[in-house]
Amino acid sequence: MSRKISFNCPVQAGDEDRYRIQMGPQHPATHGVLRVDLDLDGEIIRKCNPHVGYLHRGFEKLAEHRTYVQNLVLTDRLDYMAAMANNVGYCEAVEKLLAIEVPQRSRYLRTMVCEMARLASHLLWLATHALDIGAMTVFLYCFREREELLEIFAELCGSRLTNTYTRLGGVRQDVTHSIMMKLEKFVDSFPSNLEEYETLIDTNRIWLKRTIDVGTVGADEAVGLCLTGASLRGSGVDYDIRKHFPYAAYDFMDFEVPLGETGDTYARYRCRIEEMLQSNSILRQCIERMPPGPIIGDDAPDLIMPNKPGRKVEVDVPAQQSLIKLVEDRETFMEGDVYVATEVPKGELGFYFVSDGNGTPYRMHIRSPSFLHISALKTMAKGSMLADLIAIIGTLDVVLGECDR
Amino acid sequence: MGQLNENDLVKIKDGVSFIPGASALVGPLNRIINWGRAGSIWPVTFGLACCAIEMMVAGSSTNDLDRFGIIFRASPRQADCLILAGTITKKMAPVIRRVYDQMPEPRYVLAMGSCACSGGLFDTYAVVQGGDNFLPVDVYIPGCPPRPEALIEGLITLQKKINQEQGRWSQLV
Repeated sequence: MSRKISFNCPVQAGDEDRYRIQMGPQHPATHGVLRVDLDLDGEIIRKCNPHVGYLHRGFEKLAEHRTYVQNLVLTDRLDYMAAMANNVGYCEAVEKLLAIEVPQRSRYLRTMVCEMARLASHLLWLATHALDIGAMTVFLYCFREREELLEIFAELCGSRLTNTYTRLGGVRQDVTHSIMMKLEKFVDSFPSNLEEYETLIDTNRIWLKRTIDVGTVGADEAVGLCLTGASLRGSGVDYDIRKHFPYAAYDFMDFEVPLGETGDTYARYRCRIEEMLQSNSILRQCIERMPPGPIIGDDAPDLIMPNKPGRKVEVDVPAQQSLIKLVEDRETFMEGDVYVATEVPKGELGFYFVSDGNGTPYRMHIRSPSFLHISALKTMAKGSMLADLIAIIGTLDVVLGECDR
Repeated sequence: MGQLNENDLVKIKDGVSFIPGASALVGPLNRIINWGRAGSIWPVTFGLACCAIEMMVAGSSTNDLDRFGIIFRASPRQADCLILAGTITKKMAPVIRRVYDQMPEPRYVLAMGSCACSGGLFDTYAVVQGGDNFLPVDVYIPGCPPRPEALIEGLITLQKKINQEQGRWSQLV
């Protein structure tokens, strides 16, 4: 006996074009594991609901059971496209909490690696953004340059992606002559490589049609949506932590903050391209002005060399105890809270610590730009076409590791 | 057409030969099918976390994966290999299982990076401690994240494994 199946699903009059689509979490253009619930009217997005949490790894809870030193390796895995910038952000925050002084040379080194990370991140952004919109060649070109940077990272600290290069009070290793030579070669050739990408897409008709007037955000709206970084500056808001609240050696650097006007995807694209040129010039300044001196401060927690001359620290003391010991010695370990924000390639990355005087943070909160950018997706995608959603996700430059934490 | 001489055959690999001019392969069916499969591994474009970036690097210009016949496909229906590139969370695991179930046989799984192998440094409430908890993993690639060369090594290991398979094709008929 066969069951009679009816395909007659009642659809209300006028609702024939309404669809519900789930985009992701397995989708090549969602930059990882983002899921977006879409309510469509034909091809126009009526409602857009981003769902996060598919990469929630419990960073903040994990951090409560580890010392400040051990937590450093977690920050690499936040924004894995620019791990160096996260390391610097974390160390700046903990150094403020522990009142550790950083020597001048390691400040310059931090600025240098930060800008290298910015270039690596922006190159990856350009590669994937262009790939999503349909330009395959840009992807291959960008990875060619990015690979040079990653190899410099590998020579500097032994790792390409998850670097853990900075230490509380300084950096892990000094640069060698060969690294500086390679970096100089990169800095010299990069502007002409950037021109190469621009010839490919800057006046490309498809690129222009898919980016101009797509995902437009006004200046006030952008501030209201908590956008930071190039996504905010594309709307013409002059806010860059490197310039306005300088950390590391940024106050000695001579650079401009590129601003857009229209606030659409194309303006943000131009902003990031200009930013890459500025980063390149900061790198050049770092190479030229790199001051001599120690790379790690005298009052830094003893981590890289247990029997550093002139320091009385037992060799086989676990990290947590040695930090507590150090704190007891110096009596500078404050109770209370501290918030330090740094400018990572995606926007403003903030670390907020609540400390109860123990060796571990009582609470570590990460203000990640990607999380707030994804929440802006709801407003930005409303009313646009389905295909434009890909461009909007790309232009916000989100990374899910940092968003879900 | 005269008698086929042993010297006329062009040996492609152990057991598989090619007859020039005739567009024909000679060898045991097992070997020929395995040779074909090992030379055309198509993984799904499915990145989970940090390792996905290195997977992209492996597929881009410097370490060209296309020369091994490895081409990334966006749909699991067209793919026969799943690279677990990144941390598997408990929220993501059912989705990964569904993607795996959508892939046609024969299918292979590579666990890339320490998170996919064993949970890595994320021993928390939210993370599955290794992809082998819910998927049959063929090759484990250690590293956090592994270099692109390590991924290539893993894929070559998978090719070796495929070449040693016996009669997997017959179960499908």
